[in-house]
Amino acid sequence: MKKLLIALATSTALISPALAQELEKDELTFGFIKLTDMAPLAVAYEQGYFLDEGLFVTLEAQANWKVLLDGVIGGQLDGAHMLAGQPLAATIGYGTEAHIITPFSMDLNGNGITVSNEVWEMMKPNIPENADGLPQHPISAEALVPVVEKFNSEGKPFNMGMVFPVSTHNYELRYWLAAGGLNPGYYSPENISGQISADVMLSVTPPPQMPATLEAGTISGYCVGEPWNQQAVFKGIGVPVVTDYELWKNNPEKVFGITAEFAEENPNTTKAVVKALIRAAMWLDENDNANRMEAVEMLSQPEYVGADAEVIANSMTGTFEYEKGDVRDVPDFNVFFRHNATYPFYSDAVWYLTQMRRWGQIAEAKSDSWYDEVAKSVYKPEIYLEAARALVDEGLANEADFPWDSDGYKAPTPAEDIIDGIAYDGKAPNAYLDSLPIGLKGDQKVIGNEVQG
Amino acid sequence: MTTVDPDFARDAEREARRARLFTRINKADAWFKVLGLAWITPLLKAAAGDNPKAQMKDVWRLLGVPLVAIAAFLVLWGTLAPQVQTSLGAVPGPAQVWSEAVNLHADAQAKAAKQAKFEAMVDKRNEKLIAAGKADQVKDVAYTGAPSYYQQIWTSIKTVFFGFLIASAVAIPLGICAGLSPTANAAINPLVQIFKPVSPLAWLPIVTMVVSAAYATNDGMFSKSFLISAITVTLCSLWPTLINTALGVASIDKDLVNVSKVLKMNTYTKITKLVLPSALPLIFTGLRLSLGVGWMVLIAAEMLAQNPGLGKFVWDEFQNGSSSSLAKIMVAVFTIGIIGFLLDRVMYALQSLFTFSNNR
Repeated sequence: MKKLLIALATSTALISPALAQELEKDELTFGFIKLTDMAPLAVAYEQGYFLDEGLFVTLEAQANWKVLLDGVIGGQLDGAHMLAGQPLAATIGYGTEAHIITPFSMDLNGNGITVSNEVWEMMKPNIPENADGLPQHPISAEALVPVVEKFNSEGKPFNMGMVFPVSTHNYELRYWLAAGGLNPGYYSPENISGQISADVMLSVTPPPQMPATLEAGTISGYCVGEPWNQQAVFKGIGVPVVTDYELWKNNPEKVFGITAEFAEENPNTTKAVVKALIRAAMWLDENDNANRMEAVEMLSQPEYVGADAEVIANSMTGTFEYEKGDVRDVPDFNVFFRHNATYPFYSDAVWYLTQMRRWGQIAEAKSDSWYDEVAKSVYKPEIYLEAARALVDEGLANEADFPWDSDGYKAPTPAEDIIDGIAYDGKAPNAYLDSLPIGLKGDQKVIGNEVQG
Repeated sequence: MTTVDPDFARDAEREARRARLFTRINKADAWFKVLGLAWITPLLKAAAGDNPKAQMKDVWRLLGVPLVAIAAFLVLWGTLAPQVQTSLGAVPGPAQVWSEAVNLHADAQAKAAKQAKFEAMVDKRNEKLIAAGKADQVKDVAYTGAPSYYQQIWTSIKTVFFGFLIASAVAIPLGICAGLSPTANAAINPLVQIFKPVSPLAWLPIVTMVVSAAYATNDGMFSKSFLISAITVTLCSLWPTLINTALGVASIDKDLVNVSKVLKMNTYTKITKLVLPSALPLIFTGLRLSLGVGWMVLIAAEMLAQNPGLGKFVWDEFQNGSSSSLAKIMVAVFTIGIIGFLLDRVMYALQSLFTFSNNR
């Protein structure tokens, strides 16, 4: 808070009438979900970066991802901290249809998969140990196979939670399960439960309710962002088995979403918002995460994430606690700026689209050029670069920190960076889909309860 | 008449003064009862010299017993709560809840300071704009920070009264129609029977969709979330007033109705001079019930829809899952209870003002 007051007092750009004149809209409301990766929004507010751009921003916590998406589409929210799949799914018309774009990617990594204590005890014998007697990471879902078999032989479904049908968490959980040989089930146009021929039943639970739902026994595990994995450790109700950093090094996470209409009508406002967010992301990663403890204090305020500071600090400061006491270094657990974390790469969009196709949310085969077109209609690096250019010109950012000449596609992720050893190249989505052992490929379709073609 | 007692006149005067005092105390008693302070009466009476023993018995019943009951409740709570271990630690006892209430107050003060700074800054911005000759760009920017606990309470109270007023404006005329005309009653009754038991949680999605569609602007007089909460309150708190009004109007004394016929009163005079006065006690009973229902519904609606107010506060704290969350939720529970009680008292006071009944 002190920082904000200083920012309020010293802010000069705010009261420069020249700048205020350019903004089409200066009172904005942004939605977010109580997760640590909303940090760029909280930081941009508390550090006064929004005010520096002449923006009066109100941040509002939302109950769940559906309410948040409806808020942005309905105009109650001008923008929001979103699941990367949400703008893509909305634009291609899966779920609610609306053209949503993203000029800013909010972070890399930051999720984990947690199982209940009971399941952990059953998994443990299947996991090899390190020299120091601790379980060897990363833990493959192969260790879960006997557990699921035992559940099924007793006639019980094995239930797990994720946060939204098009969430990163749904795809990550599915990726992990499939990499271990478990089928997480398919979607079809008629059956959107996502449980067609599933070994593991996945269902939707809003992030902050995950620990309570696990505790109640409704689900045996979940995939969610922080701090809700560490919360399970603190509450002693579950054990995180794998982080998404171990699934896929530096995978793309949340994005900042606005409607295409908003960006069109308010180009200067959009640019100003992105400028403030880039500054917030830089602050979060500055000097080797030196500001992270301060960020933790901000996030622990009840109006943001609200969990205890020590729980949030566990993952935000470069460590991660698996079983109680098993704290390991994961310096890149949450990346907000380095590795070009904030640049909206088309290849990230394409990965999400491949996962939608893989599990049947996109019912029919699409050409490689379709993936490219959709990615380009949703991800807007040109707005990002314009904002970055303005920051560099104002002396607030380094020229070297931005990929000015990128064609929007990251270099293919090498096989060793992904848990199942399958490389990913965003320029060849269909070839990538064909290389995944479980999931739809080629012209396959889900008809009734089976995969055909 | 003469008397040998020289003090007689003085005694008589003192007696009269005492009688006047007691009349005044008894008159005040009606208001103490309304305010829930009935225990003051026996204290005043004792002070005025009434039989202290009898008065002390009243004080014990009206003040002592409730205090003992509250103390017993606190002791029971304090001993039992720490024995229930949740995943967020033990259930908080009275001491923790009190300290959380103090924290919330401190937090509200901090937020007020922050808001004052913000407003000063906006004023400064506007002054600069005026100085630069751009007075047309001057505007008031609402504070963008999180609302304090008191602001959330105030939001809830405003919302419940808004919803309640709409409900009353609809329910009283409809109730009068239904009470006066058996045909209207036959038309309204089935709908009342069907809609009365519907939960606020079922109305909420419908109200949300309709308000979002019908009230497309985001810069109108009301915010969408305010309208959604208020209309949900309206839909649920309509029924007690409607039913009680209809009943009150229908059970008006037949003699009075005959008198109105003899006097050839027109409908308007009949309603204002006859129907309303005699139906008022029941109408007020309905209003009191409605406000109580509305308050309960509002909290549920705010929780579900995440609309600003006490309900959102509770839900946010539940989602936060921090070590102080449970205690904060309990503070909110007491706040909701006490405000609900005060709202009922306000209605009861209004009823006492406007009607002549046994309650007076």
